[in-house]
Amino acid sequence: MTAVSTKPAPAPAQMSRPLLARLPQPSRITPVLASVIPPVMILAVFLGLWEFLASGPAATLPPPSKVWADSYDLITDPFFDRGGLDKGLFWHLAASLQRVALGFAIAGIAGILTGLLIGTSPFAMRGLDPIFQVLRTVPPLAWLPLSLAAFREAQPSAIFVIFITSVWPIIINTAVGVRNVPQDYRNVAAVIRLRGPAFFWKIVLPAAAPYIFTGLRIGIGLSWLAIVAAEMLIGGVGIGFFVWDAWNSSNLSDIIVALVYVGLVGFALDRIVALAGRLATRGTAAA
Amino acid sequence: MDRFLDISRLSIQFPRSAVPVLRQVDLQIARGEYVAVIGHSGCGKSTLLNVIAGLLPPSAGGVVLEGKEIDGPGPDRAVVFQNHSLLPWLTCYENIRLAVDQTVGRKMSKAERHAWVMETLALVHMTPAKDKRPAEISGGMKQRIGIARALSMRPKVLLLDEPFGALDALTRAHLQDQVMEIHAARGTTVVMITHDVDEAVLLSDRIVMLTNGPNATVGEILKVELPRPRNRLALAADPAFVAARTAVLEFLHARHANPAMSAA
Repeated sequence: MTAVSTKPAPAPAQMSRPLLARLPQPSRITPVLASVIPPVMILAVFLGLWEFLASGPAATLPPPSKVWADSYDLITDPFFDRGGLDKGLFWHLAASLQRVALGFAIAGIAGILTGLLIGTSPFAMRGLDPIFQVLRTVPPLAWLPLSLAAFREAQPSAIFVIFITSVWPIIINTAVGVRNVPQDYRNVAAVIRLRGPAFFWKIVLPAAAPYIFTGLRIGIGLSWLAIVAAEMLIGGVGIGFFVWDAWNSSNLSDIIVALVYVGLVGFALDRIVALAGRLATRGTAAA
Repeated sequence: MDRFLDISRLSIQFPRSAVPVLRQVDLQIARGEYVAVIGHSGCGKSTLLNVIAGLLPPSAGGVVLEGKEIDGPGPDRAVVFQNHSLLPWLTCYENIRLAVDQTVGRKMSKAERHAWVMETLALVHMTPAKDKRPAEISGGMKQRIGIARALSMRPKVLLLDEPFGALDALTRAHLQDQVMEIHAARGTTVVMITHDVDEAVLLSDRIVMLTNGPNATVGEILKVELPRPRNRLALAADPAFVAARTAVLEFLHARHANPAMSAA
């Protein structure tokens, strides 16, 4: 009781309005600054360290200042096109993205369909799962000679490498999602007599959707990893070949600029698929 | 006795288990009756409910509803699951709408289905939350939607599997009152699994007490002779209520004490 009585008396009702108005307003800029300042600081430290380490006479790699000076055109104008392979980075990235888009789209469709089959049919699972478990460990580039031999052309071979690299996580995650539809949902479906295609569309697919999007997200990351390596070997327009070409002409600064772009595009791809997943699963992925 | 729902010589034995979970369960339930099944955990209460629901096949014996033997699940025996089991990707309205579309809605127009879903939502006082997803509402609200979904199928029997077990005491009391109101208004036959003695006495016409499992069976059936509508405040000191409560407690704790507890 004493503890309660020592509390200050509540303010009269008419006082509460001006008091509330004087409360400090939470700033909208502070949280933005809090998330922007640390990476900017770390980046500055990293660039400084790099500049210092790469400035000595024995340094084998160019420092950031030299990269900026050497590749000024490349950094500031990604859209130039002087014919042949002498194009801005935008065109190289666009060519690579086109291959990834095609290969990944085929992998997405084939992977989801196969995953649904494996998830629903125990026979298909027992038959296909061991084969897939072996095939998925084959490194992407190991498929390239075979696909070149089969397609006899660079473009479809590169797309096939993208497909074969990204299809496994999509298949496996889809199958796991379908097999893990909670018994609760199955019971609900049984009580309301939801069967066949209706059961599949209304219960299985939405319940497996978060798993499917996890598979797609891993798949797009692997696609982007594979395309750069594949393009180094097949040539033509593409960011992978651009890196290889720059290496052959000892243009180290261009390689560094290209790698930064590769990283940024890969990051953007991952975020786009994650966002698509959040929209498609309507926020239930966490539930 | 009216044999609306007739459970006869029902035994359930799971594969790879030497002893049956339930043995020779006999129980007749009349139309409109509210029956609670009570027993210690592990006595097979939920198993019994799952057999009535048709989610689990009996090993021997069977269940007959209105002269027809139960063979698989169906909307005439709607279940309210303990963990509500709402589909998280659908809103409250859509969860009920799916059940309506699949069951009673087949003979209705679109407008009639909509009206029926809204009426069921109003019955559990959830109209304002109709466009929320399950993750956005409280546990008590989820369970109200679960009850509404079950009622929307116009079931012959409403099966409640420890429907209020996961709720706090105040929410539970509130929902119990609502279920009593609905039972009075609709006259639905209800079978409720519970481990709460007060809840069983307050809500039911009869309390079925199961002996300890495995090999559990009906130990005793208590008729609760309290007039309806029942009021939890008025009943708290009512001698008939107290007597019924004592009888159930005596069965559970004196004659059939929890084996896990007595072993400890």
